[in-house]
Amino acid sequence: MAKTKRKSKPAAKKAAAVRGERTAMSKVPPVREISAKKIADTVARLAIEANCDLEEDVLKALRSGRGAESSPVGKEIFNQLLANANIARKERMPICQDTGLAIVFVDVGQDAHVVGGALDEAINEGVRRGYTEGYLRKSVLGDPLKRVNTRDNTPAVIHTRIVPGNKLKLWVVPKGGGSENMSKIAMLKPADGIEGVKKFVVDSVRVASANPCPPIIVGVGIGGSFEQCAMNAKRALLREIGSRHPDEFYEALENELFQKVNDTGIGPMGLGGRITTLAVHIVAAPCHIASLPVAVNINCHAARHKTAVL
Amino acid sequence: MAEYSMKTPLRPEDVDKLRAGDKVNLNGFLYTARDAAHKKLVDLIKEGKELPLPLEGQIIYYVGPTPTPPGKPIGSAGPTTSFRMDPYAPLLIEHGLRGMIGKGERGALVIEAMQKYGAVYFAATGGAAALLSKRITAAEVIAYPELGAEAIRRLTVESFPVIVAQDRYGGNIYKEGQKQYAR
Repeated sequence: MAKTKRKSKPAAKKAAAVRGERTAMSKVPPVREISAKKIADTVARLAIEANCDLEEDVLKALRSGRGAESSPVGKEIFNQLLANANIARKERMPICQDTGLAIVFVDVGQDAHVVGGALDEAINEGVRRGYTEGYLRKSVLGDPLKRVNTRDNTPAVIHTRIVPGNKLKLWVVPKGGGSENMSKIAMLKPADGIEGVKKFVVDSVRVASANPCPPIIVGVGIGGSFEQCAMNAKRALLREIGSRHPDEFYEALENELFQKVNDTGIGPMGLGGRITTLAVHIVAAPCHIASLPVAVNINCHAARHKTAVL
Repeated sequence: MAEYSMKTPLRPEDVDKLRAGDKVNLNGFLYTARDAAHKKLVDLIKEGKELPLPLEGQIIYYVGPTPTPPGKPIGSAGPTTSFRMDPYAPLLIEHGLRGMIGKGERGALVIEAMQKYGAVYFAATGGAAALLSKRITAAEVIAYPELGAEAIRRLTVESFPVIVAQDRYGGNIYKEGQKQYAR
């Protein structure tokens, strides 16, 4: 008796799904409401935490970098960076005085409904509050040529993606000017091939030298359109340091570039050493038959990022 | 590579004995200035007007600190990238500036002025801003408060740790150090 009941339940659900009725089996989540206030509160909290609290993946990379560095000056810089992270966490002080442009990535579930305000306004409200209440530096100008400070670090740079589901995922990624200024993009010829890509990445790091605060994290976008390539270089920086690229081909390329970048000898703060980078991360995308775009977005050792799912 | 403890203002003989790679702990006053303040200072010099800070023997620290939280003398205060100040630095060196603190290499015109007038460029650890703020015991805005983080401040420092990155003899730890560790 019990046996037949268990068998008949999925069959009934399947039949309902075929008729277009929503059941648990069709895996369409119910529409959820997420309040704008909750988004603002979360962004404010993440902005402060990201600036004062280095994530464990970065700390781990700094510790292993200290062990691998053979330059005495370089080793001492690693010691200072680890001591600095400790002070920042304990005293709720910013890791770096450049608390950055507030770059916010948002994955919005297509079944999530923001209520009580606009998403962008909620994010900016969070940035305004976080940067004010957290005593973070206001480094944003309202216009690139008129150059007047907005005094609350808004607007944030917001990158929104629509994804399946009914949740909303936020990444708050404060990005300093020193490392951002050293980023580059090139539209290579297909004939330049993989060697051209490697050369562009290593040359970009070489030109950047001490300026982006090495040891750096190198985000590389390959392929896509012009703007997609640059965006992928930035998204590459979101990946956990120490994690492997899911594609073996790109994992090998990342490892080779990691070695080549460290062989530049730039070292911690550019004063010479064996550790110039903590990680090279690649995001590749399909591209046009005529194109081979490559972009390099450099992050300083204070690779600040915090996430939350609402 | 030697290690020194030095007091500001620097004397000509202090600058003369420093070589790229030396470690120095600085004591006394440092003056802060970034891009916007540098532009103002250079304009004042060109107009023959008085500066809001003394330059003779002094050190300028390229920093825009975070806002001062309650109970602390200053917020986080690490160095910013120095090459942005390269267009302004030679004139300040000509008018008596003896030291600069920042991060990243300096250009040819700054090196030339350092050699000609006797000045030294120090590197502090970029991104070690909370640690460095512990060596600052007092901070006072002395000019351009409207510039916020970019205002000119007079900092009192105790054992502020820097490395001589480029000396007055053309010595350059960026070039020498990177060559040593390149493969």
